[in-house]
Amino acid sequence: MHELAITESLVAAVRERLPGKRIVGVKLEIGALSGVVADSVRFCFDLVTEGTSLEGARLEITQPPAVCHCRSCVVDFEPAGPFAICPCGSAEVTVLAGQDLKITSVQVI
Amino acid sequence: MCGTCGCSSDARIMVLTSSEHASVAAHDHGHGENEHSHGDSHARHVHLPDSAAAGRTIELQQKVLAKNDGLAAANRQWLRDRGILAVNLMSSPGSGKTTLLARTTSELAGKMSISVIEGDQETMLDAERIQAAGGRVVQINTGAGCHLDAGMVASALAGLDPPSGSVVMIENVGNLVCPALFDLGEAGKVVLASVTEGADKPLKYPHMFRQADLVLLNKTDLLPYVDFDVRRYSSDLRRVAPDAMLLQLSATTGDGMQAWYDWLLRRVPPRSG
Repeated sequence: MHELAITESLVAAVRERLPGKRIVGVKLEIGALSGVVADSVRFCFDLVTEGTSLEGARLEITQPPAVCHCRSCVVDFEPAGPFAICPCGSAEVTVLAGQDLKITSVQVI
Repeated sequence: MCGTCGCSSDARIMVLTSSEHASVAAHDHGHGENEHSHGDSHARHVHLPDSAAAGRTIELQQKVLAKNDGLAAANRQWLRDRGILAVNLMSSPGSGKTTLLARTTSELAGKMSISVIEGDQETMLDAERIQAAGGRVVQINTGAGCHLDAGMVASALAGLDPPSGSVVMIENVGNLVCPALFDLGEAGKVVLASVTEGADKPLKYPHMFRQADLVLLNKTDLLPYVDFDVRRYSSDLRRVAPDAMLLQLSATTGDGMQAWYDWLLRRVPPRSG
C-alpha cells in the first residue's frame, strides 16, 4: 500500500514545483528494483489527483531495467527478477541502475 | 492522508516517560500551506479536451520522495550534531520488536540512555510497555499509514529531545514492505525476524532485507518446536543482502542479546557538551 503514499508524494511534488499550473501529463520512471508496483501507482493516480491541478492528467510510466555490477566476475548484468544476483551465483553485487523513482517531466497547458 | 509525505492526516504523536502522563503534540513538520488542502471539489473524474495533449513539456527529473529524503537528511544532521545514534527497527508484526526494545531498555539502563519512537497504526500499547521498562517513549499512531516517514520522526524527535550520546530506537510500523522505501534519517537499519515466521522471508521481501545493516533472528528459544532451517535462512539472506550482519537471539530468554548490545555500543557517539 505504500504506492498510495508514493502517488501522493508524486502529486504534491508536481504541485509544489508548478504552483497554479494545469497539469495534463506526467512522465514517471519506476526502476525495476525500486520496490514500487507501477499498476498500483496507476490505480492510485486518478484517486489522488481528483480535485487537484493534475485531475485528468495522463500518466506515462517507463520502467527502466536494473543494471548491476558483479564484483566477483567483474561484469555488468541485468538481474532476472527482484534479486540482485549475478548469473555466476555471486551476491557480491553493486546496483548501478533500476532503483530510481523519478518524475522525469510534466505537460502543462 | 497528507499529500506531501503520505502520512495520515490524523497521525498523533504522544510522549510518555516513566513519570509523566501522555502529552499530545500536533503533527507539524513544516508543511506549506498548500499541501494540506486536499481540495474542496468532489467533482467526478474529468476528461481533458484532446487539445490538452499538445501542452508544453517541462523537464523535472525529480525524485518522487525528494521531500521525504530532504526531511530525512535534516533529521540525520540534527542527530549527528547532538551525537545521537538513531536506529530504524523494521519487521513484520509479531516478530518481537517491542519485547526486544523493552529488554534492551531495561538491561542497558545505566550503560546507555535509550529512548524509543513507537510507530503503530493505533493504540498506546507498545509505548506503555516501553514506559513500564523505564524508557522514555514517543508513540506515533499513523492511522491509515503503513510506515513512518521522516516528517513524523522529526516531530517525534522534537518531542523526545534525546540527550547527547544516547540512542533513539525507531520502531517502525510492523510491515516488511512499505517502511523499506522511506528514509527516516537513521544511522542504521535493523531488520528483526523471528523463527516462527518461516525461513523464506529474505527471498520474499528482498527490498526490505537488501537495506539491512543488521538482521536479528529472534525467538531462537522456539527453534526446537518449529520447522526453521537457520543455515538456509543465513544463505538466503547472503543472496539478498551480502553485507548484512546476522545475529541470533531470544528477547524472551535473553540468549544472544549481548552481541546486539555490543553492536549498539560500538556505534553510539561519545557524549558531548
